[in-house]
Amino acid sequence: MTSAIPAKTTTASSSDPGPRLDAGNGKTNGRTGRAPKQYSDRVRAERRLGWILAGPAFVIMLLVTLYPILQAIYESLFQFRLTAPDEREFIGLGNYGVILSDPVWWSDLGTTVLITVITVAVELVLGFALALVMHKALKSVRGLLRTAILVPYGIITVVSAFAWFYAFDISSGYVNSWFGWLPGIDENLNWFAQGPTALFVIMASEIWKTTPFISLLLLAGLAQVADELSEAAKVDGATWWEQMRKVIIPNMKAAIMVAVLFRALDAFRIFDNVFIMTNGAYNTEVLSLLAYRQSISRLEIGLGSAVSVLLFLCVLLICFVAIKLFKVDLAGTQGGK
Amino acid sequence: MPMNRRTRRVAKNRPKAAVLAGLMMGTLAMSGCGPAQADNTLTWYINPDAGGQAAIAKKCSDESGGSYRIETSLLPTDAASQREQLARRLAAGDSSLDIMSLDPPFIPELAEPGFLAPVPDDIAQATTENVVEGALAGATWKDELVTVPFWANTQILWYRKSVAEAAGLDMSKPVTWEQVMEAARSQEKTLGVQGASAESMTVWVNALIESAGGSIIVDPEATADTIELGLDSDAGIAAAEVISTIGKDGLGGPGLPTQAENESLIGFQGDSGSFMVNWPFVWPATSGAVEAGTVDKAVLDDIAWGIYPRMTEDQESAPPLGGINLGVGAESSNPELAFEAIQCIVSVENQAEYFVTNGNPPSNTEAYEDPRVEESFPMAGTIRDSLQVAAPRPQTPFYNEVSTGIQQTWAPPAAVDPESTPGSSSDFITSVLRGEQLL
Repeated sequence: MTSAIPAKTTTASSSDPGPRLDAGNGKTNGRTGRAPKQYSDRVRAERRLGWILAGPAFVIMLLVTLYPILQAIYESLFQFRLTAPDEREFIGLGNYGVILSDPVWWSDLGTTVLITVITVAVELVLGFALALVMHKALKSVRGLLRTAILVPYGIITVVSAFAWFYAFDISSGYVNSWFGWLPGIDENLNWFAQGPTALFVIMASEIWKTTPFISLLLLAGLAQVADELSEAAKVDGATWWEQMRKVIIPNMKAAIMVAVLFRALDAFRIFDNVFIMTNGAYNTEVLSLLAYRQSISRLEIGLGSAVSVLLFLCVLLICFVAIKLFKVDLAGTQGGK
Repeated sequence: MPMNRRTRRVAKNRPKAAVLAGLMMGTLAMSGCGPAQADNTLTWYINPDAGGQAAIAKKCSDESGGSYRIETSLLPTDAASQREQLARRLAAGDSSLDIMSLDPPFIPELAEPGFLAPVPDDIAQATTENVVEGALAGATWKDELVTVPFWANTQILWYRKSVAEAAGLDMSKPVTWEQVMEAARSQEKTLGVQGASAESMTVWVNALIESAGGSIIVDPEATADTIELGLDSDAGIAAAEVISTIGKDGLGGPGLPTQAENESLIGFQGDSGSFMVNWPFVWPATSGAVEAGTVDKAVLDDIAWGIYPRMTEDQESAPPLGGINLGVGAESSNPELAFEAIQCIVSVENQAEYFVTNGNPPSNTEAYEDPRVEESFPMAGTIRDSLQVAAPRPQTPFYNEVSTGIQQTWAPPAAVDPESTPGSSSDFITSVLRGEQLL
């Protein structure tokens, strides 16, 4: 979030004077005098400094992200198995045809979307509640509270996946005996033996682990909402719910959208939890695992790259949709102020 | 003020952080690609064990009088991940792969593209004498020895004497799956089989089909386009009947769909334990649990063993075969030294020692004569007999596809239908191999 918003302001301030200077030079040389020229020198120097500072990082980013992406796109056009290097053969978009005509891709896509939608929705609600608690908490306990809420986020995903797995596992878990009084749960319930229950555990673990992240982003958004606004609403006789709905939430829409975008992108690429708990058995396979199975387990570099490229396109699509929405909202909040 | 204090603290910590970062970078750089090694240092990529391979490496290094020094490097825990790492390293031409502990089913895949250095004739001759048939088959690809058999594994039938007695089952001669299932049903106990969607499922399906006289792959040396599967056959249907009955009648207990070898052992040690097919690690694991106090001594005393169950009364069973073979990477800078070291590693004495200390049975029958073996493994005789009739999993360069295909179509056991599963899994694997479907 911090990178998205300042970036916008710097591009706005540094690119705007540029055209203005050109226009000034071309049309009315004498009218504006020396002032804009001095100004443009400064802007130029700033731009140069900007490039010098950001350039190396930009080049490294290109090397470590753009190069592998291009390589994957290139490899995806071949039938290529790592253990049969001599049989490499160009097949154009053949791999994409195989993938998109295979029900496995579509069912994995469905599972991935299901996990994304449910986890992000639940995390948003829980995260918002936690953010409110952190925001309103007494100063004396605030630090302790934030630390406590952040603990799950600090745990390595693989470790938390194992912890959840062993808690629910039929031979070593304690969940069945602790929650045996709930309908549907008894000592013979094997959580990982069928899709729905396995997905429940996977999503619960995911939610437990990443809700703190969303709540932190939302806390930053809450802090941006001026207290005067809700106080004014209170004076006008607004209930708590009306303050929430009409004052606080509209004023932190930008923070909410950023949180949703970040989490949706993360959730869509879910791998660790599924890999550890079920390894994709019994209809719990997600797209990242499908890509892993083709390129790492089967060593089918071509087919695996094609799955990865399609996964990348899905992520781009989410970005595109979310950023479009995000922009509209951002403009709306600024206009309101 | 608090802000100032905080910034100062951060500033004071900065040099420390920089040193730490520098150290980490340094460690990364040092531990990174291609271990720097002296000319006579050999790297042995080992599967995790109880320290036996590292001990052998040290012993052989000392015995070599300085002509080579073996360093061990640990591979991931499960066989599939070990294969992934080794295959990628071999394909990339990693020269540090001097000696590798290889799971036999994955050997054809590595041998076919020439990733393994050829075994010199004299070494081949010296290391294959008295080696059990199955282990030898697993070390061979296209009639050529491509790896050296180290230890050989097999599953036997473990049972609780009290349950067998109560069911009136005569365990002095081989039993059938039918009898075992009936005994578990009548005693209301659970069978220890591996129903998880994992490699152990392929092990089970393969053993059942081989025991019924069939094979998962008809012609193992065929290419991906021409490969012919033997799943949709009488043997395949018979195997599906056993798996399906155990699944549908709940004979494996509620844990069956997620149960691999370790989970079956836990169930077998519990109150509902009756019969279990599993590897010999069961014995040291249970003895260890008794010593640690987590399992009652009475359970250990109640455990007995026999040969893997038969499919029919009059046909000998074909128990699963596992183990580890040693291969040398084609790009190794020291293949001669590596084979010299391998000859030392697989010596009869080392195999016996490894069995006694780590519970992994020798591939060389001579090692079973060692008095220490009989002492710590009372079932050593059964294991040796089982190894003589054991059948390897399909030896094909496409083993991973075949195995994963079986795991995806034969688990959970309750969903197996003897009429449709053999056919549908055969179609599925065939179209994956032809590149028409994802796995």
